[in-house]
Amino acid sequence: MGAVFALVTVLAFVMVVYLGVGVAGLKGLFGIVVPYAAFLVFLLGMVYRMIDWAKIPVPFRIVTTCGQQKSLRWIKRSRLESPYNNFEVVLRMILEVFAFRSLFRNLKAELKGPNLIYGSYKWLWLGAIAFHYAFFTILLRHLRFFTYPVPEPIQILDQVDSFFHIGLPHLYMTDVVILAALTFLFLRRLADPKLRYISLASDYLPLFMIYGLVISGILMRHFFKVDVTQVKEFTMGLVHFKPKAPDVGVIFYIHLFFISALMAYFPFSKLVHMVGVFFSPTRNLANNSRAVRHEPAPWWKKPKFKTYCEWQEDFKEQLIESGQPIDEDCYKKK
Amino acid sequence: MHDAGKVIPGIIAFVLFVTVPFWTNFGKAAPKPQPEIPKEYKKCVESKEFMRREHMKLLRKWRFDVVRNNMRIYINSEGKPINMSLQNECLRCHSSKKKFCDVCHDYVAAHPYCWNCHIPPEERKGWATKEVKSLTEEASSEQPASHH
Repeated sequence: MGAVFALVTVLAFVMVVYLGVGVAGLKGLFGIVVPYAAFLVFLLGMVYRMIDWAKIPVPFRIVTTCGQQKSLRWIKRSRLESPYNNFEVVLRMILEVFAFRSLFRNLKAELKGPNLIYGSYKWLWLGAIAFHYAFFTILLRHLRFFTYPVPEPIQILDQVDSFFHIGLPHLYMTDVVILAALTFLFLRRLADPKLRYISLASDYLPLFMIYGLVISGILMRHFFKVDVTQVKEFTMGLVHFKPKAPDVGVIFYIHLFFISALMAYFPFSKLVHMVGVFFSPTRNLANNSRAVRHEPAPWWKKPKFKTYCEWQEDFKEQLIESGQPIDEDCYKKK
Repeated sequence: MHDAGKVIPGIIAFVLFVTVPFWTNFGKAAPKPQPEIPKEYKKCVESKEFMRREHMKLLRKWRFDVVRNNMRIYINSEGKPINMSLQNECLRCHSSKKKFCDVCHDYVAAHPYCWNCHIPPEERKGWATKEVKSLTEEASSEQPASHH
């Protein structure tokens, strides 16, 4: 089962770091080499992915629409569900990227006796949006380790996130939200037999890696404390290309390894939907193929046509022999 | 490549976005926080490593013990009894908030709320000497009784 494979992989990550740093003391490898290599793989991999996708021709307008397209003037059309021009495409895209509009349309199908019933099901949307925004906030918050002086907006974000002053260091709201959302997204896959059937290891692995990342982070902040000043000296060293592996607990290295693994895995997994969404021809095109003649596919070559005059030239003798009229226009000099 | 006019700016935006920490720090020297350690006192409540990691948890425990449980004595790992008090105990040695607490807190953008209630010590020239100790005690004795 995919979930078991993914779980074993993630536990193996923890073991590798525990043995590598905790037992063998390879702090330079896990603290410097792995993060830099992972970031490089992430950066080059994503750029490669984008260029690769951009090379693929999209000869047809294959927009997924779910509304009335632009038609006759008196027919009411849906600008967002069937965008007609680039402006409407951009609007639709913004809502898709920031509000996950297509997930909001998610339906649930259930057999009630002999009847197949469809119903609204917003939980996936809620779980997804909570997860993504929490993750993004956590990412922004981590800029406090990569900037000095820390910009005021990042500090404010940090303080708002720890608004409730629970514990010391304060518990972040986003940590709670992301754990809850991840748990939901994981259980959702397990709970529904249909979904469980179509879920692969590559669906569970990103979930578990992010789980590992979040849990190691929370453990590090609240339970197995590390000297955060040393951690920041290390992260600042990373961005100044003068890194020095910090002398802190293994939990920090586990956290670092999870983010490195996630970065390296990013361009080659479903996580690449981060840039993929912009390359989806079902979303980034205007549904105007009835109004606009679009460029044909690049491999389409204009066929060699034979005009009537050329044909008449080829069969002129036969045409005259059989008494067919000759088109004199072909011989008129223009 | 198709739509190069849109894809290339997109790629540039992406690269700039994910490399923010690198180019915002480019050319700046990596700062190194150096909190001033009291010269005349050699030992803190617990070991240096423990204090660096866990001082916030320790202080929170102290607050809880004093305020909720009316316990004022902390027995450290060496078995030595210590008066649980930020102003009277911690600040006795670390008499400058600016040169000690704030150095790392500013560095990692931590915002401890100690000073919402506690009074930070006056900044003095004679830093971490025995004379300052007595001055700090005087200063703290001037505070209203509710603070003791």
